[in-house]
Amino acid sequence: MSAAPVDSAVRAPTPPEGLPRVLAGRRGDGPASLEEHLAHHGSLPRVGQGAKVRKAFVDMVERAGLRGRGGAGFPTAVKLRAVARGRRTPVVLANGAEGEPASRKDELLLADLPHLVLDGAVVAAEAVNASEVIVAVDRASRRVRTSVARALGERRAANVDRVPVRVVDAPSRYVAGEESALVHWVNGGDAKPTTVPPRPYQRGVHGRPTLVQNVETLANLALIARFGDEWFRSVGSPQEPGSALVTVGGAIARPGVCEVGLGTPISAVLEAAGGATEDITTFLVGGYIGSWLPASAATMGLGDDLRAVGATFGCGVLFALPATACGVVETARVARYLANETAGQCGPCVFGLAAIAGALEAVARGERTDTDRLRRWLHDVAGRGACHHPDGAVRFVASALQVFAADVERHLSGMGPCAGAHRPPVLPVPAPGARETGWR
Amino acid sequence: MSKALRVDWVGCDGHGVCAELFPEWIRLDDWGYPIIDPRPVPAELVEHARRAVVACPKLALRLADV
Repeated sequence: MSAAPVDSAVRAPTPPEGLPRVLAGRRGDGPASLEEHLAHHGSLPRVGQGAKVRKAFVDMVERAGLRGRGGAGFPTAVKLRAVARGRRTPVVLANGAEGEPASRKDELLLADLPHLVLDGAVVAAEAVNASEVIVAVDRASRRVRTSVARALGERRAANVDRVPVRVVDAPSRYVAGEESALVHWVNGGDAKPTTVPPRPYQRGVHGRPTLVQNVETLANLALIARFGDEWFRSVGSPQEPGSALVTVGGAIARPGVCEVGLGTPISAVLEAAGGATEDITTFLVGGYIGSWLPASAATMGLGDDLRAVGATFGCGVLFALPATACGVVETARVARYLANETAGQCGPCVFGLAAIAGALEAVARGERTDTDRLRRWLHDVAGRGACHHPDGAVRFVASALQVFAADVERHLSGMGPCAGAHRPPVLPVPAPGARETGWR
Repeated sequence: MSKALRVDWVGCDGHGVCAELFPEWIRLDDWGYPIIDPRPVPAELVEHARRAVVACPKLALRLADV
């Protein structure tokens, strides 16, 4: 089934074939205007009034097989249904409060293609019969704030949206983008995760059922609304349809965001980004709560494939670590960053992540360290927080101990740190002074 | 229906009373926070679990149906 626009002012163009699709309307020198957006994609079809047409739309999203692109990969149709089932009128919260330093995709989408994201948020609001759309952006990005504000102005002037849309500037913190944290902050609290249940889909913004969706998910929703589920499935694999935005970094020719079909092998993604510029021995996938993988993993697909080795695609980060860098030093640095980014609410996260970072730093310096105790901490901390921040941090460190086992041994051998430990670190970590410290 | 112990991690301050009252199921980590056996509590031990739940000074421990 393909959705035909009913009352569009601009005729829908032919559906884009292949890739890019989400990034297809990018100008490359600033945000696409409303006019440019509509000329490229056609106007947004309405879901329509009534439970029946809303259900038909959600069924189409289900057939499309769209899953969340924020990290957890939850089926979008299931979330839409759960929110629509609530007794009170829902709210849609577009999540652009990306806290992952290694990921740039959400920022790029909001900065360059704000109308695609806003279309997705509006169509989601129609699908769940929401009365309001709130777009949360990372307030550290002036580029995003300017682009979204301008886009909203254009939409108001053209009167294209059927629901009120407002933008909020969320704190720039790692866990602030976690959905319960974002909802808590929108409701006037700290941007810290809350104990769930109730989950946002049950009781979220103003106590109402709230659909929290990552901005890339919404951009895809805007395309599904236009071109249908079959079109959506024409890219990616049957199990994981659609495309994904990958932030590629490290020793590669063209670092940045690229769009690939889900399930594309790591090696092909690196090629798409211009190929390696140095010898690569390890990859980081899924961001700082993701996993290190050995170079032999290059044949694996970016997607569900990774679960076989305990990794996830997460929010679409692929970082190629050059052989000359030290994985232990890189991991210790990120582990300290993650420890500092704890919301400070749950004991195992506050004390555990700090202790783990401290042990890693000692290994990085080549000091004698009880690695058995470190492994026990990793085991003990997992699963013991209100949110999954500690679980992710622990997974990241545990994968490092596995993949960099030889480097750890070398660091502890009494010969001191390896040569790579003396080169400047390569993973992007915000400088302590540049980080936001408040929670409101 | 079986019961299992659950911690509200935001609420828990690591007083450690629970581990003292129900060591069969609860131990403390290196920082004094409870590590709970996730399995359902056997019927003959549920009374001990309940005692630990009631004694928590932060009301951060509960017995949930699983």
